[in-house]
Amino acid sequence: MVDVPRQVFLDHRTYRRRRLADLARVLPVIGMVLLLMVPLFWVQGAGGTVTSHAILWLFGVWAGLVVLAAWLASRRLEPEVDPKSGPRPLLSDERGRG
Amino acid sequence: MGSLNVLIVVCLSYVAALFAVAFAAERVALRGRAHWLHSPLVYTLSLSIYCTAWTFYGAVGNAARSGLEYLTIYIGPSLVMIGWLWGVRKVVRIGRSQRITSVADLISSRYGKSNLLAVLVTILAVVGTTPYIALQLQSVVESFASFAAADPESVPGAGRGGDSASTALWVAAGLAFFTVLFGTRNLDANERHHGVVMAIAVEAVVKLVALLAVGIFVVWGVGGGVSETLARIDASQLGHWQMASSRWSGLIFLSAAAFLCLPRMFQVLVVENDNETHLRTASWAFPAYVMLMSLFVVPIAVTGLELLPAGSNPDLFVLTVPLSQGREGLATLSFLGGFSSATSMVIVASIALSTMVSNHVVMPIWLRAHGGGATVSGDVRNVVLLARRLSIVGVLLLGYFYYRVSGGGAALASIGLISFSGVAQFLPALLGGIFWRGATRLGALSGLIVGSAIWLWSLFLPSVGTGVILPASVLEFGPFGMWWLRPHGLFGITGLDPLIHGVFWSMLCNTTAFFLVSVFTFPSPMERLQGAQFVNVFAHSTAPQGWQGGAAQSEDLMIMAQRILGAGQAQALFQDEARRQGLAGFLPEPSAGFLQRLERELSGSVGAATAHAMVGQIVGGASVSVEELMAVADETAQIMEYSSQLETKSEELARSARQLRAVNEKLTQISVQKDAFLSQISHELRTPMTSVRAFSEILRDTDGLTGAERAKYASIIHDEALRLTRLLDDLLDLSVLENGQVSLNIRSGTLAEVLDRAVSTAVQGGRLTILREPDNEMIAIETDFDRLAQVFINLIANAQKYCDAADPVLTLAVQRRDGLIIVDFIDNGSGIDADMHGLIFEKFSRVGHHKAGGAGLGLAICREVMARLGGAVAYLPGQGGAAFRVSLPEKPAIATQ
Repeated sequence: MVDVPRQVFLDHRTYRRRRLADLARVLPVIGMVLLLMVPLFWVQGAGGTVTSHAILWLFGVWAGLVVLAAWLASRRLEPEVDPKSGPRPLLSDERGRG
Repeated sequence: MGSLNVLIVVCLSYVAALFAVAFAAERVALRGRAHWLHSPLVYTLSLSIYCTAWTFYGAVGNAARSGLEYLTIYIGPSLVMIGWLWGVRKVVRIGRSQRITSVADLISSRYGKSNLLAVLVTILAVVGTTPYIALQLQSVVESFASFAAADPESVPGAGRGGDSASTALWVAAGLAFFTVLFGTRNLDANERHHGVVMAIAVEAVVKLVALLAVGIFVVWGVGGGVSETLARIDASQLGHWQMASSRWSGLIFLSAAAFLCLPRMFQVLVVENDNETHLRTASWAFPAYVMLMSLFVVPIAVTGLELLPAGSNPDLFVLTVPLSQGREGLATLSFLGGFSSATSMVIVASIALSTMVSNHVVMPIWLRAHGGGATVSGDVRNVVLLARRLSIVGVLLLGYFYYRVSGGGAALASIGLISFSGVAQFLPALLGGIFWRGATRLGALSGLIVGSAIWLWSLFLPSVGTGVILPASVLEFGPFGMWWLRPHGLFGITGLDPLIHGVFWSMLCNTTAFFLVSVFTFPSPMERLQGAQFVNVFAHSTAPQGWQGGAAQSEDLMIMAQRILGAGQAQALFQDEARRQGLAGFLPEPSAGFLQRLERELSGSVGAATAHAMVGQIVGGASVSVEELMAVADETAQIMEYSSQLETKSEELARSARQLRAVNEKLTQISVQKDAFLSQISHELRTPMTSVRAFSEILRDTDGLTGAERAKYASIIHDEALRLTRLLDDLLDLSVLENGQVSLNIRSGTLAEVLDRAVSTAVQGGRLTILREPDNEMIAIETDFDRLAQVFINLIANAQKYCDAADPVLTLAVQRRDGLIIVDFIDNGSGIDADMHGLIFEKFSRVGHHKAGGAGLGLAICREVMARLGGAVAYLPGQGGAAFRVSLPEKPAIATQ
C-alpha cells in the first residue's frame, strides 16, 4: 500500500509545482476553448473563413500548446509516482530549498 | 523494369527490413540490453498507430472535400494527451497495477470481473474494427493500383478486379504472418511485444518522413514557398472554409473518445506501456507528431486539385501528386508511408482483438468444455497461443471478406468515423468505471447495449450501403412505417448530419442508461472491491483480492502456471516467491499475497476473469470469495451484537442477584424474627397460661381462701385471659386484613375527629405530651374512621411505649400535598436504628426487647389497614426521633374488593 501523503497546502517546497500541475490540468481546457470553441465563432455561411488564416490560427495555437505541454512535462508534475518506476528524484530547485 | 515492379521490390525489401528490425529488437530485449527500447520516444512513436492509412491518405481527400475538418481527428487526441493528468494517466496506472490486457478486460475487471461485459465489448470491438481493417487493405490495394495506372508497361484495366482482390489477400496473409510471428511470441499479453513495438516505431518514422517529404516538395518544390502556398490556398476552391459547427465539435469529441477506447490505441497506450513516466514525454510529443502529420495536408490537397485532372481521387493525392510531377522516388516513399500506416494499424489492431477474443470468448468456452478445470491434462499454454493465432487470422480474414463484400467503394471511406463512434460506446463505462464508484455492472451493460444498438441502427447498418441490409424504404420512412425510428431521423429529429445525429443519440442514450441503471442498482461485493481499486488507484496500487490459500496446493498451482505461462517463466515466478518468503526450492507457501500475484500474472495471459476462475478452481474450497468474506463479516457483526446482548443480560443478572441477595437477607432476618417471635409468643402465651394454671390450681386445691383472696386470684385469671384474647384478636385481625377479607365502613368527616378519638383513646394517664395543629386538621375525609383511628392509636401508643425521652413529646403534623393528606407522628426519642427500618412493619417485629408491651403486630396491622384504605404508612427517618408518616388520598380510591 502506497498511501498518498497528506499534502499541506502551503508547503513551500512543492507549492509552485502543485500550482503548475493545476496549469497542466487546465491546459486541455484552454486548448479546447482555443481550438474547438473559437472556430465556432468564425464567419459561417456563404463567405466562410479565409483558410490560410484558419490554418495559421489553428496550427499556431496547437504549436503553442505543444510547447507549453513540453515545458510542463519537463517539470515532472505528477502528484504521485508509480511505485514500480522507482522513487522520483528531487528536482534541483526542490533540493536547494528543502 | 516498370515502376510497379520497382515498387513491389521496394515494398518487399521494406517488409524484410521490418522483419529484421522486429527480430533484432526481440533479440536485444532477450539479452536485456534494450534500454533504448524502453525510451519514451519509442512509446510515443508507437502511439502513432492512431494515424492509419485512412488518415494518411484520407486526410488529404477529406481536406479536398471539406476543408479543415480533417483536423478534428487530430485535435481530439491531442487534447486528450495534453490533459494526460486527468484521464490517461489513471487508465495507464490501472492497466499496470491490475495487469489489464485489453479494453474489454479493463471494463470487465472494473465491473466485478464480469465475462458477459467482456464478451459484449469484444463483439462490439470486432464489429467496429473489421471494416477499419478492410479500409486499410483497400488503401494498400488502391495505392498499388495508382502506381499501376501510372506504369506504362502494365496493361491498364485488364483483370483489375481480380488483381486488387489478390493484392488484398496477399497483404492480409503477410500481415497475419507478421502478427502471428511477433505478436504471439510471448503468451503474456501484458508484456511488451518488443519486436512489434519497434517495427511500429520505425513505421511511424517512415510515414511521418513520407508525408513531410511530400509536403515539403509541394510547398517549396511546386508552390514556391510558404507565403506563396498560403496565397494559392486562399485562391483555390478551398480558399474559404465553411465550417459545419456541429461536425467540428462533434468530431473533436468523437476522436478524443475513440483515442481512449479504440482497442489498438488501448493496446499501445496502456498494455504496451512499461513506464508511466513515458506518458510525460508522450503528452507533448504525440500532439507534436500528429500536428506535423496534418501540417501539409491542405497544401497537398490544394496542389492536387490544381495539378491533377478533375475527377481524380483526392484520397490518393499523396501518391498521385508526386507521380504526376515525375517524382517516382518520392511517390515510392509516400507509398511506403501509406503502407506503413496500414500495416502497423492492422498488426496492432489484430493483436488487440485477438487478445480479447481468445481471453474472453475462446478461453472461457474451452475451459468450460474441458470441465472448467485448470488442472485438466493438456497444455493450456498451447491452447491460448493457438486461440490467439487463430483469432489474428480470423480477424484479418473478416477484414478481407468485408473488403470483398463491400466492394471497396466510397462507402468504405466513411467507415473510419463509423468505427470511431462504435468504440466510443465504451467511453461511459470506461470513464464512469475509473471515476465513479457508484457505477455498476448492470449500468455498464445497459449503457453498452443501448448505445451499441442505436449505433448499429443509425450508423453501422446504413453505412454498409443503402439496400444491402437496410432497404431504402426503411431509411426514408422508418421500419414498418414508424417514422420516428428512421436511422437518420431518430425521434423525429432530422436535418442533422447523419454521423453527428447517430453519435449524439447513441452517446446520449448510452450515458443516460449507464447512469440511471447504476443509480438504481446495487453493486455486488466484487464490483465494490474492484471499483474502489480502480477509482482510488493512486491511493493504493496493490490489490487485496482475498485469496486464502490454506488448503491450496502449491504443486497444483505450479502445474497450472506452467501450462499457462510456460515452464521456465512459471518456475522463475515460483522460485522468486519462495525466495521472498525465505524458503528454499520452488514451492512457496500459497499465501494470500502469492495467490494474488499469481492470479495477476495469469491474467496477463488469459484475462482477469479466466485467471480468477482458474486460481479459484485450484484453491477450491479454501478460496475466500468476497461474498464469503461479507458473510464472515456479517457473522462477526452478529457475534458482536450477541456478545453485547450477553453483556446487557449479565448486567441484568447482576442486578437481579443483588435484589435477590437483599431479599434473601430480609428473608433471613424475617426468619430469625419469626423464630424470635415464636419463642416470644410462646413466652407471651405461656406467661398468662402459667398464671391461669397456677391460680386456678390454687383456687381448686387450696381450702380456706378468703373471699378477697379468691376474688383477687379470679381477677388475675380473668386479666390473663383477656391478654390472651387480645393477642389472638390481633393475630386474627392481621390475618383478615392480609387476606383482603376486611369490610370497610366508609364515612365522611374531618381528620380532626379521627385524631381526637385516637388521642383520647390512646393517651390515658400517660405522661406523653401531644402537640397538634388544629387548623390544619380540619380536612374533610371520606374513609373508614374506625380503621384509621386504629392506625393512629397504634402509632400514638407506640410513641407512648417506646419514646425514651425524659419529657416525651409527640408532634402531629398534618399537611396536604399532591392530592394526599399526610399526617406525621414525630416524637423526640432516640428513634429507630437504621437497620431496623426495613423490618418494623413486618409481622412479629419488635424494636428492642424492653417493655414487651405487645406481640409486635401493631405496625404490621397499621400497614395492612393503610393499604386497604388506599394510603400508606412509612417510617420517616431524619426527624430527630422516631417518626411515622401516614399518607391518605384526599379522594378515596379505596380498594373495595
